[in-house]
Amino acid sequence: MDIQELAAEIEVEGEYAMEGIDFISSGEQFLTFLLAKEQYGVEILCVEEIRSWEHPTKIPNAAGYIKGVINMRGNIVPIVDLRIKFNIGEPQYTDTTVVIVLTVKGDSKSRTIGFVVDAVSDVLNADEKEIKTAPSFGGFVPEHYVNGLVNVGEGVVTLLNVEALQTIEPHQ
Amino acid sequence: MSIDLSQFIPSFLEESFEGLELMESSLLNLEQGDDEAINSIFRAAHSIKGGAGTFGFNDVTVFTHLVETLLDEMRDGRRSIEQNDVEILLGSVDCMRLLIEAIRDETDCDTTKIEENTKLLEKTLAIEESSAKTEGDSNAETSSSEPNQGISVWQIDFVPEHHLVQTGNDPLLIFSALAELGEIIVVAKTKELPLLNDIDPEELYLSWHITLTTESTEADIKEVFEWVEDECLLTITQEKAIIDTPQDDVTQQDEASTSNTTIPEQQDLAKSEIKSAKATDTTQSSDKAVQKPKAETVGSIRVGVDKVDSLINLVGELVITQSMLSELGTDFDISKIERLTSGLDQLLQNTKELQESVMRIRMLPISFAFNRFPRLVHDLSKKTGKDIELILKGEQTELDKTVMEQIGDPLVHLVRNAVDHGIETSEVRIANGKPAKGTITLDAYHQGGNIVIEINDDGGGINRQAVLNKAIEKGIVEAGTSLTDNQVFDLLFEPGFSTAIEVSDISGRGVGMDVVKRNIQSLGGRIQVQSEEGKGSTFKVNLPLTLAILDGQLVRVGTETYIIPLITIVESLQTQTELINRVSGDMVLYRLREDNVPVLPIYKLFNISADSEDVEHALLVVVEADGQKVGLMVDDLLAQQQVVIKSLADNYQQVEGISGATILGDGSVAMILDIPGIITAALKMAQQTHTTRNHQQAVGVIA
Repeated sequence: MDIQELAAEIEVEGEYAMEGIDFISSGEQFLTFLLAKEQYGVEILCVEEIRSWEHPTKIPNAAGYIKGVINMRGNIVPIVDLRIKFNIGEPQYTDTTVVIVLTVKGDSKSRTIGFVVDAVSDVLNADEKEIKTAPSFGGFVPEHYVNGLVNVGEGVVTLLNVEALQTIEPHQ
Repeated sequence: MSIDLSQFIPSFLEESFEGLELMESSLLNLEQGDDEAINSIFRAAHSIKGGAGTFGFNDVTVFTHLVETLLDEMRDGRRSIEQNDVEILLGSVDCMRLLIEAIRDETDCDTTKIEENTKLLEKTLAIEESSAKTEGDSNAETSSSEPNQGISVWQIDFVPEHHLVQTGNDPLLIFSALAELGEIIVVAKTKELPLLNDIDPEELYLSWHITLTTESTEADIKEVFEWVEDECLLTITQEKAIIDTPQDDVTQQDEASTSNTTIPEQQDLAKSEIKSAKATDTTQSSDKAVQKPKAETVGSIRVGVDKVDSLINLVGELVITQSMLSELGTDFDISKIERLTSGLDQLLQNTKELQESVMRIRMLPISFAFNRFPRLVHDLSKKTGKDIELILKGEQTELDKTVMEQIGDPLVHLVRNAVDHGIETSEVRIANGKPAKGTITLDAYHQGGNIVIEINDDGGGINRQAVLNKAIEKGIVEAGTSLTDNQVFDLLFEPGFSTAIEVSDISGRGVGMDVVKRNIQSLGGRIQVQSEEGKGSTFKVNLPLTLAILDGQLVRVGTETYIIPLITIVESLQTQTELINRVSGDMVLYRLREDNVPVLPIYKLFNISADSEDVEHALLVVVEADGQKVGLMVDDLLAQQQVVIKSLADNYQQVEGISGATILGDGSVAMILDIPGIITAALKMAQQTHTTRNHQQAVGVIA
C-alpha cells in the first residue's frame, strides 16, 4: 500500500495533524525558527546544516548585518544576522544562538550563506493551499523576502524566500 | 588482435604539435645557418607523417609527404637552402598545424591555404626536378602530388616466407600503407594453410594478391615493401593506365574488381578489403563538426622522472614519520614529549617539502611561452620591413602552468608593440647612430617568490610628451597637471589609449594595453614601464609563481588577523617620532630614508577598532605596489606562513582591499590584503577628503 494512503488512513487530531507525522506528509517541509518571538520558516531542502554561533572573521566595510565569514569545512561562508537585517529584536549572541546554513543552487553556481537566528523551533509541513499570501501591511521584512504565511495552531509562520535571502546587495 | 587506435590519438596530436613547434624553431635556426637543424626538422616531419599514416589522417600524410620530400633533398645536399624555401616550409608548418588542429577539433579546415601551399611546394620540387633530371625518384614525388597524373591499376603478388612475422613485420601494416596510396583490394590465398594439428602459430602460411588502383609509381609501391623485400616473392605488374581524373573512384573500383575475377584461385579465397580511410573519415568529421565546434583542450603535462622520483621519496619519508608518530601515540607519557616535538618538526618538514615538490610538478620552463616569439618576430619584421633580432634569455625559468597559459597572449601583445612602435626602421636607426638591426630581448628570471619577465627593445622609447598630449586630448588627464614619468607611462594602460599615428593591423587600435594590464593584474601580477627616449623601452611583468598559494605575513589589528602578501612588503619598522610629518591637514607621512611614505592605519581603512590609534611608536609595514609605497599601521606582527588562497566571491562577493581569505592553523578565517587595491582605495579616499581644498595637490601628495 502506498505510504500516502497509509498516512491518510491514520486519524490524527489537533495539533498533531500539523506536527506529528510530518515526514509522511505530501506537502513541502519547512524548517521554522525564531526571531525574537516571531516564527519564520525556510524550505528544508535548502538547509545545509545548523550550527552554534561562533565568532566570525569580520569583512571590512561590510553592511552591519553581515557579521563576517566562518570556515565551514574549508569553505568560506559569510554569516548574515537576520535579526539585524530585518530589524527584529535584539542581536544578542548567547549559547542558544544558532546559525542556519542555507545553500541555494543558482543557474551557474550555488551559494552558501549562514543566517543567525535566535532559536530553531520545528519542522513544519504545509500544502501549497495552506500557504496564504502575506498582507502588505508594512512591517520590517521587505515584501520580496516573504513567500507567504502558514497558520500553525494559534500562531502564524512567515515563510521566507531563500533565493531572495541569498542575494547580496552590492556594497554601499 | 585489434587495438583501438583512437585511444592514442590525443598523444599523437600532442606529439605532433610539439613536433611542429620544433620544426618551426629549427627552421628559424636554419635561417641563421644551423645545418644540424635540417635533420631535426626532417625527423619531426617524418614522425608526424608516420603517426598520421597510422591513424589514417590521409590529408596530413599526403601533405607532410611533400614537405618531407623537399626536406629530404635539402638534407642530402641535393638542394641548397634558400631563404625562399624556408618561407615555404614555414608556411607548410602552418598548414600542417591547421590540418592537425582540424583533426583535434573534428572540424573541416580551410583547404584553400593548404592547396596554395601544396602548389608552392610542388612548384619548388618541380624546379628541382627539371634541373637535376633524376628520373625515377623525383618523378614519383611530383606524380604522387599532382592530381592530373594518370591512374593505373597494379597487380601485386605478395608471397611472404613463412618466418616473416617472426622478423617483426606485419602484413596488415603493409596493406594499410598500400591503402594510403590508393584503392586496394586484398585477396588472401589460404592454399598453403596446413591442417590445424600441423600449424605452427608463429609461422605465416598465407600469401596475398593485391589489386591497387593508384596514381603512385612502382617505386612508391616498392617502398612499402622495402622491409620485407628479401623475405618474400614479390611481383608487381602494371595492368593498365587510366588517364582519368581521380573523381571516378567508383568506376575504377569496379574495374579493379572485375580484373580480380581472372585470378584462378578465386574459389578458395578469403576475401578482405581494406578501404582507403579517406572517404569515410571526411564525412565523419564534417558530421561531428556541426555538433562540436571546438574540442576542449586536454590538460596534461609532461613531468620529468626526477620530479616524480623526488615526490616518491618524500612520500616514503612521510610514511616513516607517520608510523613513528603513531607508535609514539600508542603509549604516550609526558617523558616522551621531546620525541613528539621532534617528530612533529619532521612532519612539518616533510609536508612542506611535499607541497613544494607537488607545486614543482606544475612548473614548466617559460620556454613553452617563449617558443612562439621567434616566429612572431620573424613574421612581423617581414611585414613591417624592419630588421629585428630577437634574443631570448632565461628560458629555463620555471613557472606554474596556469600562469603560463594565461600570460601568453599579453606577452604576444607586448612583443607586437615592441616591433610596431618600439623599433624604428633601419633608415631612422642609422640616422640616429644606432645599428641598423633592432634588438628585442625577452628575459625571464626569478625574484623572490615572483617571476619577472622583461620585454626590452632598443627602439625609440616612449615619447613622454606625445603620451601626455594624447591623454589631455582624450580627457584622461587635465591640462597643466604635472606627472612623474611612471604616471605618464601608466597612461598607456588606460582603455582606448594609443599613440600610434597610424593604425596598423599589428597594433594601434588602442585596445590591448589595458587588456594586457588587466590580464596581468588578474593573475596577481603587475606591469611596469621604463623608457628612455631614443634608447628604448622595457616592459617589466611581475608574476606570482603560482596562483594557489602565497607567502604571507600575519598581522594583527585589534582582534582581527590579516595577511599581507610577503612579496609586497618592503620592510617593517617601528615609527620614530621625529620622522613623522603631518602635511596638508590630516595626511601623515613617514620619512623612510629619502622617501616620504604615506601612513595608512588599517583600523581606519576597515572601520574596526585597534589597540592603539597613535602613529607614534606604532608598527608600520611598508608595502609597495605599482611603484607606490605606503606604510600600513598594524598592532602586532605575527608569524610568516604560506597560506592557501580561497575566494570570497564564491559565497559572497569581491571586497575592496581584500584579495581573498584563507584558513589559519586554528581553523579560523583570515583576510588577505590586496595591496594594490588598498593603495587605490586610499588614493580615492584622500581625493575625496581633499576635493574641497585642492584637487591637484591631493594627487601630488599621495603620489
